[in-house]
Amino acid sequence: MGETPAFFNEMDGGGDKPRAPYSKYGDWFAAEPPERLRRKAREAETFFRRTGITFNVYGAADADERLIPFDIVPRIISAREWTKLTRGIEQRVRAINAFLHDIYHRQEILRAGRIPVELIENNDAFLPKMIGVAPPGGIYTHIIGVDLVRTSENEFFVLEDNARTPSGVSYMLENRETMLQMFPELFTKIRVRPVSDYPKMLRRSLSACAPNVSKGRPVVAVLTPGIHNSAYYEHAFLADQMGAELVEGHDLRVVDGRIAMRTTLGYTPIDVLYRRVDDDYLDPLNFRPDSYLGVPGILDVYRSGGITIANAPGTGIADDKAIYSYMPDIVQFYTGEKPILKNVPTWRCSEPSSLAYVLDHLCELVVKEVHGSGGYGMLVGPAASKKEIEAFRAKLTAKPGNYIAQPTLALSTVPILTRAGLAPRHVDLRPFVLMSPEGIEITPGGLTRVALKKGSLVVNSSQGGGTKDTWVLED
Amino acid sequence: MLGKTAGGLFWMFRYLERAENTARLADAGFRIALTRSDHAEDEWASIIDTASARQAFLESGGKFDGPSVINFLLRDSANPSSVLSVTEAARNNARLVRTALTREVWEAVNETWIKQKAALARPVRETDLPDVLGLIRNQSALVRGATVGTMLRNDIYNFARIGTFVERADNIARILDVKYYVLLPSVQLVGSTLDNVQWETILRAASAERSFRWLHGGETRPLTIADFLILDRRMPRSLLYCLRKIAGNLGHLCADYGVRRPSLEAAIDLRDQLEELSIDQVMERGLHEFLTSFIQSNNALARQVEEDFRFNS
Repeated sequence: MGETPAFFNEMDGGGDKPRAPYSKYGDWFAAEPPERLRRKAREAETFFRRTGITFNVYGAADADERLIPFDIVPRIISAREWTKLTRGIEQRVRAINAFLHDIYHRQEILRAGRIPVELIENNDAFLPKMIGVAPPGGIYTHIIGVDLVRTSENEFFVLEDNARTPSGVSYMLENRETMLQMFPELFTKIRVRPVSDYPKMLRRSLSACAPNVSKGRPVVAVLTPGIHNSAYYEHAFLADQMGAELVEGHDLRVVDGRIAMRTTLGYTPIDVLYRRVDDDYLDPLNFRPDSYLGVPGILDVYRSGGITIANAPGTGIADDKAIYSYMPDIVQFYTGEKPILKNVPTWRCSEPSSLAYVLDHLCELVVKEVHGSGGYGMLVGPAASKKEIEAFRAKLTAKPGNYIAQPTLALSTVPILTRAGLAPRHVDLRPFVLMSPEGIEITPGGLTRVALKKGSLVVNSSQGGGTKDTWVLED
Repeated sequence: MLGKTAGGLFWMFRYLERAENTARLADAGFRIALTRSDHAEDEWASIIDTASARQAFLESGGKFDGPSVINFLLRDSANPSSVLSVTEAARNNARLVRTALTREVWEAVNETWIKQKAALARPVRETDLPDVLGLIRNQSALVRGATVGTMLRNDIYNFARIGTFVERADNIARILDVKYYVLLPSVQLVGSTLDNVQWETILRAASAERSFRWLHGGETRPLTIADFLILDRRMPRSLLYCLRKIAGNLGHLCADYGVRRPSLEAAIDLRDQLEELSIDQVMERGLHEFLTSFIQSNNALARQVEEDFRFNS
């Protein structure tokens, strides 16, 4: 791929006028004095810092809290585009939940030979202790973040599914809050669908999954690893907005077959635990014995129906990058329909013919670790130096099963405000999906992550990415 | 409410109160140094004693002079009670109990931390000291205003207030104890200018010099000062005032919860003992002995609150 691919610019579509969803915003922007906009951008930073919307970077030398940079130009999606996306997301999320139920029960999909048995059996994300367990309400994935990228006017791809503990929803909410404070006039001119109901919907959705032993209004708590976790702000924010308790492992213990939290008046049982702690750390008796973050015995309470854990333990098997390549088959298998959303073509390096192809084309592919996240440990071929590629080649040859490869996608761009004016930068989109026996709810919008560095395709906040407010327009 | 949250609130407000009192102490020391340079070293030493930090101070290699003591009190990270250390501790606790705070209180605490961190990033020069101390005072007022103005009067508020007054009682008792010898009745006969300065320091460190003057005019007698800071019911930093507040907030808490707890009995006991005391009786018993025993009882009360409301286990 010698020539520079043409990237789809979501604001102007490559033309000289804004595309329809951006037309009103474009008029407003053109009339704004650039100095005022730049001042507003600085104000936004102060606002975020005062509110304490910060995150800690793992492994950073200074323990300082950082802000995820916020760009004031919104990412705008039309009602029609959104409707189409939500249909695809809903289909995919239903399939993931059905897959999880199947894989921990009859394993029909393995019997049918649609995915290889080894992929499940040899996968650390598969929890044998969940076999035969029926989660309350039949829900495994109460909260899912589906990462989407766009490559043209009509083409969206699912980049990955986040079925464990997707984060970032607090940024979706605070970004909108910031925009409302800074540019109230925009929201009277342009009808944008609100996102502020998310915490209420989350509470309702979690409550609807309460276990049978729950009496009266379900007690909901958010389990956080603590204030040093990079996403602590979000945990506190969600607990606060839902009116739920924010608990840590040492606040909890098993009392009379329930998980109870230590209150000022003694132990009170919890019905639904929205945990933001990984499976491995959830229960030192059942998983990692050295974990201080979890609750000894919680898995046993869960298995006997004493508590709802959201998301259910073991959901990681559905968003594993090796499983990802089978998602089109999974969707088809459980829904009987053709997938509405596309998957990115993926080479599984565990397969010799794929590996050979990948090794021959490293400089044009994106290679990812199967179990990696956060943009760490990946190779972006076109952006890598010869030396980096050779170093990666050695790692890949040593442990091919650890990697998958994908073509470098021509990610769409949305402009950001720079000192020199608007400049296109690559974006992705993470809509947040809630699932309960009452149905699936998708908040209109989501988190738009933007690579702030010119030409960069890596949008992760840990790698210099920023965020934008995401608007879904009313009809 | 979670026991951990109650503990977090209690400590958050203890630390905030300590930050304010430490800043006042630094202010009082600075004032003395300006007026009485020939006894400055002793005074700085006694300021360090009041902060109960002699050992930590000496270990840090500090000398008993203005710049060393001021920087130790305000910004030394080796001093767990420096304004910067306790403000950070207060903010960490605020993050821990974020769900129990109003947005106003959280933002006030967060802003306080951001501003103080910036103001105390480098050693404070003498010329900047009044501004820095002013900033600390203003931020304390901001947090207190947000707390009193926006927090629901429920268990959250009660734990916050109990923390505040337990810490304040402790700090005031320590200030008095370090200087107790200048407050003994025998000193009245001496009444040198040095003593006058000492008395002034005590009042200033308790932020009480103005109200004392209102009540007692120009007459500065050690017994009156001791009475004012220990037993006056109107003085918001006196030991009795603090104990009345603690007993009151614990009373509300137990009434809300519909329980009776040993810490409430202990607080009522300690308050009643103070109510019945006269300053002459305190002096008869020995001011130093009285203060030592008060500090112990106050600590024991704090530990009982911690146990009764399951902060840690």
